[in-house]
Amino acid sequence: MKLIIAYIQPHKLNEVKQELYKEEVYKMSVTNALGCGQQMGYHESYRGVEIEVNLLKKVRLEIAVNEDFVNRTVDAVVRGARTGQIGDGKIFILDLGECIRIRSGESGSAAIG
Amino acid sequence: MRKTSLLVIVLVFSAVSLVSAEAEGAAANAVAIDTLWLLLAAILVFFMQAGFAMVETGFTRAKNAVNIGMKNLMDFSVGTLAFWAVGFALMFGTDRFGLFGGSGFFLNEANPGTGKGLWTFAFWMFQVVFAATAATIVSGAMAERTKFVAYLGYSVVISMFIYPISGHWIWGGGWLGNLGFVDFAGSTVVHSLGGWCALTGALLLGPRMGKYVSRNGRVSVKAIQGHNLPLATLGVFILWFGWFGFNAGSTVSGTDLSIAFIAVNTNLSAAAGAIGAMIVSWIRAKKPDLSMSLNGALAGLVAITAGCANVSPLSAILIGLIGGAIVVLSVEFIDKVLHIDDPVGAVSVHGVCGVWGTLAVGLFAQSEYGAIAGVFFGGGIGQLGIQTLGVFSVFGWTVATSLALFGALKATIGLRVRPEEELRGLDIGEHSSEAYAGFQIFTTQ
Repeated sequence: MKLIIAYIQPHKLNEVKQELYKEEVYKMSVTNALGCGQQMGYHESYRGVEIEVNLLKKVRLEIAVNEDFVNRTVDAVVRGARTGQIGDGKIFILDLGECIRIRSGESGSAAIG
Repeated sequence: MRKTSLLVIVLVFSAVSLVSAEAEGAAANAVAIDTLWLLLAAILVFFMQAGFAMVETGFTRAKNAVNIGMKNLMDFSVGTLAFWAVGFALMFGTDRFGLFGGSGFFLNEANPGTGKGLWTFAFWMFQVVFAATAATIVSGAMAERTKFVAYLGYSVVISMFIYPISGHWIWGGGWLGNLGFVDFAGSTVVHSLGGWCALTGALLLGPRMGKYVSRNGRVSVKAIQGHNLPLATLGVFILWFGWFGFNAGSTVSGTDLSIAFIAVNTNLSAAAGAIGAMIVSWIRAKKPDLSMSLNGALAGLVAITAGCANVSPLSAILIGLIGGAIVVLSVEFIDKVLHIDDPVGAVSVHGVCGVWGTLAVGLFAQSEYGAIAGVFFGGGIGQLGIQTLGVFSVFGWTVATSLALFGALKATIGLRVRPEEELRGLDIGEHSSEAYAGFQIFTTQ
């Protein structure tokens, strides 16, 4: 079992979801995130005073999958989120120790699908 | 004997002078009441700017709220100066060929030392807030993608030129008014004109990114939700409030007591419009839709604006009810069939319902209320014909001039922001500011 965490551009969420659905990945968590990477920040100003904005708005996706789904999930996220520009985002893949479905008490691989 | 006759003469003389003094006093009071009423109404109509700002902000996304605020502030401010310098003279100056006015630029004919001059100041105040209403209608339809500097350019031209010319035709002593065209408070003069400018603006701009998604040759229409419907609700109530000044103030006289039924008609039509839109949206979407019902209240207000001094309260209810139904169907038609992206429904509320209200005068007018009668009250088809002519004339004028204006802006400074800027929001791109600093706002569109 793996936990796939992806940070993507917010406006790419819809396309990423569409690509995931095509690969029959329907389960995910989505949260707002702020982050900085290679993209650099930008400047705002408030009543004449400059503000440097370093943390940019991103969307964080968390998808728990079984081993056989890892590659297709990652490929789908890349297809949906990629523009070729700096700022497209990153994907992290973590080993997942356990997974339990609260309703049924199932655990492990059976609980993920 | 001589004494008595002298006394009689003195008595008669003093009585006569008393009567004439009384008449003078009454006339002066009438001027004072008229001026006060006009200024009060102008102040009410001014507050409609706040209503427009709130409706637009509420119906669009959080990332563009600073831009909406700035546009609403500036179309009024820039428009005020433009209308002072040129617009008022073109609209109400000495008539030239029935087409435009030609005197009173920079308010140079208003003398603060004379009663007539002071009246001109009050009248200007009332008219400038009307011009600003027409101008600000367009902001909502072009929201979330228009370059701010292009919008400034547009604001000057509509208040200086487009609005005053056709306004002169109807209210300034021009050819349509002389034909007998009735638009009491501006369904056509103000609202349709704003609505048609909004239409051409939205058309030339194109839709917001992600609004119409083409997949396998089929266009699917996406909803882009507004971020604050409570604010939009407040905005509609403010507009409704201000509209009492808009319609009842258009008597331009506080001693003309038809203001009483004009206010009643205005209120009834707005209420019926909200109900009409609620019913239609309930049938079509299975739930009563707040944003459509808000549009419905405005539709009722726009629709009764032309005929509020000429129809009965029952007719006002019918006009509003039909306006409310029309606005829902029109919003859906423009969105789902024409694929023109109008985020706040400005074209439907002001353009389409402005036409409906103008034609409704030719149908529902009653000679007990105004001087004319419409088709349903024994007036024949003549008035309806004149109303139709007016609707088409203003449509033609507005579409031609606003297409030229937006076309010129598009070809020179550009009408639309860059795609990256649109995605991040115009607040940052155009103004380097955020409306809700410190809040996390989920923007994935």
